[in-house]
Amino acid sequence: MRDVTIGQYYPSGSLVHRADPRFKLIIMLLYLVMVFFCDSFFSFGFLTFFLIVTIIMSRVPPLKVLRGLRFIIIIVLITTVLMMIFYVDDGSEPLAEWGIFHIYLGGIYASIKLAWRLLLLILMPTLLTLTSTPTELCDGLESLLSPLKKLHFPVHELALIMSIALRLVPTLIEETDKIMNAQKARGAQFESKNPFKKIKAMLPVLIPLFVSSFRRADDLADAMDSRCYRGAKGRTRMNKLRCHIGDILALLAWCAIFVCILFLNYNWFGWEFITLLGV
Amino acid sequence: MPLLEFKNVDYAYPSGDSDFIQALCAASLSVERGEFVALVGCNGSGKSTLARLANGLLLPDRGDVLVDGMTTVDKANLYEIRKKIGVVFQNPDNQMVTTIVEDDIAFGPENLGLPPAEIRERVDWALRCVGMSEHAKSGPFRLSGGQKQRIAIAGVLAIKPELMILDEATGMLDPDGRREVMEVVKRLNREEGRAVIMITHFMEEAAEADRIIILNGGKVVADGGRELFKTPEVFTTAGLDLPLPVRLSSALRARGIDVGNPINIDEFVAAAAARIKGEAIPQQIIDNNEKDGGAEEVGGQKDNALDTENAVEEENAEGAENADGEEGRDD
Repeated sequence: MRDVTIGQYYPSGSLVHRADPRFKLIIMLLYLVMVFFCDSFFSFGFLTFFLIVTIIMSRVPPLKVLRGLRFIIIIVLITTVLMMIFYVDDGSEPLAEWGIFHIYLGGIYASIKLAWRLLLLILMPTLLTLTSTPTELCDGLESLLSPLKKLHFPVHELALIMSIALRLVPTLIEETDKIMNAQKARGAQFESKNPFKKIKAMLPVLIPLFVSSFRRADDLADAMDSRCYRGAKGRTRMNKLRCHIGDILALLAWCAIFVCILFLNYNWFGWEFITLLGV
Repeated sequence: MPLLEFKNVDYAYPSGDSDFIQALCAASLSVERGEFVALVGCNGSGKSTLARLANGLLLPDRGDVLVDGMTTVDKANLYEIRKKIGVVFQNPDNQMVTTIVEDDIAFGPENLGLPPAEIRERVDWALRCVGMSEHAKSGPFRLSGGQKQRIAIAGVLAIKPELMILDEATGMLDPDGRREVMEVVKRLNREEGRAVIMITHFMEEAAEADRIIILNGGKVVADGGRELFKTPEVFTTAGLDLPLPVRLSSALRARGIDVGNPINIDEFVAAAAARIKGEAIPQQIIDNNEKDGGAEEVGGQKDNALDTENAVEEENAEGAENADGEEGRDD
């Protein structure tokens, strides 16, 4: 948990790591939209293929990427099972039936697609955090949102708040540990089966944590003031984000994939091979 | 024109609903370019308040704080003042803005609006100065306390201030960490010629400085070179210990063995070894306590030293009441 600061960044210096975080963010957005446009098994497979290509290019061990699923896999399983047993397809006979639960062939297809869609939705953002540091992502976001500055939207402040929040997460976790130990030493009981008691026991931890966070915030503000901080005014950056030809090519490639997915989904020209592929 | 000048500065901060605690009381001092000053005093003597007044984080109730002739009261001056005076605080964890060491060090120069190439140069330079180049890309949480504090120093150094104030910057460190930080600070003073005010209550650290200012109950009670160690009362009435080598040598002198006036362990050992072997004690160790002794005198330091005797007398008169005022504040 202490490592939240660097996220789960897995440095391997690959092309994906070195790519401009702005392009990575745009591509991810594009990808997420694509996942929702996918409708047939073929289109899912098509998109999965490019996801796998990206993972291989990033040179992050595939197991590391799959570990991103560990918190979410239960939810995926539950929704899949629920989808399977409650799906009602009036046009066909159920394969099995117990009281209010039915299993239809259509239900099996739909639940597999749902699970697949959820997995695709999770894996790409996981890969993004594995291949870019929180700082890069903050910088990327700041740069992407910069047109909003014209509307007096505090883009720089927002990015700074995000970066400070990320930076303070491990510090606060450490602090919570310390306070809990101090309370334990004085006889506080945190292990209880009763959830209400458990919440009540956390109260004497949260209050000192809040107090110390405010003190930290004061200290940090003093330190920032002392280091000539004046907001976005006259501020430059050491690492200017620079896009390379590769970033543009990658974006174009993903745009092409997007168009393919759209074709697979809508089949505007009524091509027969797409109808054959679509289940 | 002195780099930093306090003229009769009063500062009180609120405590409770209607109470005020007088943190500084008619404090006057000045620091010249290139000086290495130790500011000592026990808890509640006003040391940290002084640091915060110096770069305009706090404004004086009365009197003037001048940085290169600019007053901190004028908000328009603050940016220029903070370029000249960098402050390193006690807790390194609370001074880090970003998650990567070099990004954090870049924060200061970025605020100055320098071109990216120069920021890069300054970050590399600051990292080299504190000997942390190999940790440029790491997250601060893998570093030890001493390393984190060196990063905090580098972060201030990258602004290239003319005066660095270290506000108990070694207070939270273990002996190794303290030594690391002291080495860096001494080198910055000698090689880079930057003025340093080291706020500390470790007398061994204070003994390394060329000039010592003692605060007690918000007042400057003594200001002078190493000759201050000749009058231990100034330290003891301010609630401070003398450095171990000074105590040892005076205890030895009381028993009839003169080992000169060593102020750090190395000097003490050298002098004691010379005595035992029957050789002459190095002149520099004997001269430590003299006004024009071994320490390099810088700028206006001599005048300040002359005040010391008076300060001692004044101090003794006030010692009793000051002792009461020392409690209750933990800075």
